[in-house]
Amino acid sequence: MSFNKKHILDIGSLSHEEITHILDTADSMKEISERPVKKVPTLRGKTIILFFHEPSTRTKVSFDIAAKRLSADSISISSSGSSMVKGETLIDTAKNLQAMRPDIVVMRHSSSGASNILSKVLDTSVINAGDGMHAHPSQSLLDMMSIREVKGDLKGLKVAIIGDIAHSRVARSNMEGLKTMGAEVIISGPPTMIPIGIESYGVKVTYDVNEAVAGADVIIMLRIQKERQENFLFSTEREYSKTFGLNEDRLKLADPNVLIMHPGPMNRGVEISNEVADGPYSVILEQVTNGVALRMALFYLLAGVS
Amino acid sequence: MNKIIRGGRVLDPGNIDSIQDIYIKNGLISEAFPDSEANEIIDAKNLIITPGLIDMHVHLREPGHEYKETIETGCHSAAAGGFTAVCSMPNTNPVNDNPQTTRFIIKKASEAGFSRVYPVGAISNNLNGQKMCEYGDLKQAGAIAISDDGMPVENGMLMRRAFEYAKAFDLLVISHCEDLNLAANGSMNEGETSTKLGLVGIPNISESLVVSRDIGLCELADGKLHIAHVSTEESVNVIRDAKKRGIKVTCETAPHYFTLTDKSVGDYDTHAKMNPPLRSENDRLAIITGLKDGTIDIIATDHAPHSALEKDVEFDKAANGIIGLETSLSLGLKLVIDKQINLDDLIVKMSKSPASILGIDNSIKIGNNADLTLIDLSREFLVDSNEFKSKSKNSPFVGWKLKGQAVKTIVSGNVVFDRH
Repeated sequence: MSFNKKHILDIGSLSHEEITHILDTADSMKEISERPVKKVPTLRGKTIILFFHEPSTRTKVSFDIAAKRLSADSISISSSGSSMVKGETLIDTAKNLQAMRPDIVVMRHSSSGASNILSKVLDTSVINAGDGMHAHPSQSLLDMMSIREVKGDLKGLKVAIIGDIAHSRVARSNMEGLKTMGAEVIISGPPTMIPIGIESYGVKVTYDVNEAVAGADVIIMLRIQKERQENFLFSTEREYSKTFGLNEDRLKLADPNVLIMHPGPMNRGVEISNEVADGPYSVILEQVTNGVALRMALFYLLAGVS
Repeated sequence: MNKIIRGGRVLDPGNIDSIQDIYIKNGLISEAFPDSEANEIIDAKNLIITPGLIDMHVHLREPGHEYKETIETGCHSAAAGGFTAVCSMPNTNPVNDNPQTTRFIIKKASEAGFSRVYPVGAISNNLNGQKMCEYGDLKQAGAIAISDDGMPVENGMLMRRAFEYAKAFDLLVISHCEDLNLAANGSMNEGETSTKLGLVGIPNISESLVVSRDIGLCELADGKLHIAHVSTEESVNVIRDAKKRGIKVTCETAPHYFTLTDKSVGDYDTHAKMNPPLRSENDRLAIITGLKDGTIDIIATDHAPHSALEKDVEFDKAANGIIGLETSLSLGLKLVIDKQINLDDLIVKMSKSPASILGIDNSIKIGNNADLTLIDLSREFLVDSNEFKSKSKNSPFVGWKLKGQAVKTIVSGNVVFDRH
């Protein structure tokens, strides 16, 4: 199939077919990273700007490596080194970047919708590498890639997403993507972290983590931001861990072949115990490996190279 | 200058509704005089003539933010919208918390020569909720009411004392009702749309809780309260109950709250960002019900000019507010066309009630100021930002096709706006 999307801003605007095509392409990219010489000339002469307006290690490195393995020229800008700290607006910065004729701009930003704004101003393709609480499409796609790799198909799987759903762009993108792909999604966490109107995603909600874990084929644990205590979202890490965290005991309720995922960075001992994070069901590091292949696929598809 | 307005339907609800001529002498409505004594005869055939429209909630931005609006451009915009008078909110720089600023606004408005301006003074110095302003001096300088609009008065004791102290000067207290902790720096209404867009939501209770508080304080102090920009069903219910109990409370809503919902935020459209935010369809319908049953006394715009500097940015960083003066009447008339309220009610809410809340007699009767609005109910037009007289263009209604518009605005017998 031909891929007609110009931007990757969220998951909700991708069809079942488009997601499948991205995942298939990513699967074929994975092998490149296994070679002794991890580089193909596919995107030679293409310029990719990584514009990270919010701190990030893993996502930024992942996009950067993905670009380099395809021989694209990638340039990283972070907010501290950009003129935005000198008071330049997002739109002005974007127009200046545009003037240097990049082919793809990857942006991470703390404001929801920032990539949507960028896509309206730029002629080049925009990939949203995470915007506020809105969307993190490449993370969701790499999660789906990792699940599909083991389970073969996403359809009919029971996927539990547990933690701070309200503030998580990963949760939003995964709810949209997994539902599109026919999975059954169950959401769990303290009621303070479940946003109003979540039913519109077509997901089930329970405040009882055991219920969410029971029979789950996949469990995605979300990071708890410790500063959220100040906003009265939970009492103590101790109680959170006990009530909503994933430990070995609780894991016994899940399907025997369950996959444990986490978008990172993990708070070990809070939302996930050491034993589970490092245990046999964890594909947390596999997610990171797949992230590179998935982002190579996005670059490849958006650059329109046939 | 003697003028005759000829052949229009004069509609002064509760007073006149008939085709008749209006005679103006020295800026006042006068007894009839022969055509030969008229300097000008204005043809008002097929137009309705109402007492001048009054917008009780406008941000003129001067002094301090003249790049968004000046008193002159704001008053021009008001005149173009059919308003013969507006109340200007005090959140300028400096804040209108002192008689010098009040006098400056009145002087500038008078020099501009468009609509009248009734300045609203601040409740607290610099709108910071700490110390009471000198209400007596403000009143003497020409302030018509007091408000910390834009900022809620968080301290309940200050609000109580403001109601009490304002009574000495017979000043109306206009309250911006918002619990900042509950609003949590949100940037749109809390609901399905805010969840989908990943934006922090502002719950209805952040408004209605403070509406309840202020009604209670007003009752305790036996003061005079007007609640600004009502946006939620809960607020309408609380105000309806208070009115039944005989408390002296009035309130306003703005055209966007009965026209749009939070769905208008769409793809992060900052022209759909204001405070209070656009609410749910349920709230929109409750606002219309409140307008119908009289719970909501008036329609005011909360005209809030902002430049592209504040609006062409990330949604959560964008300034709150939209301009409204030049679309308000037409959006009100849309309610009439849609048979939600009748024309008399609309004129009451846009002219008669604001006048009576402010203590002004704007009836069309001999001896009163000739402040009049001439409206063409059949005129259809496309809202075009290039035609705005306001210095700012931040309106979500640009591109809308509307019907019914003011075609002449007359203040003290002078035509201050004439649409050709």
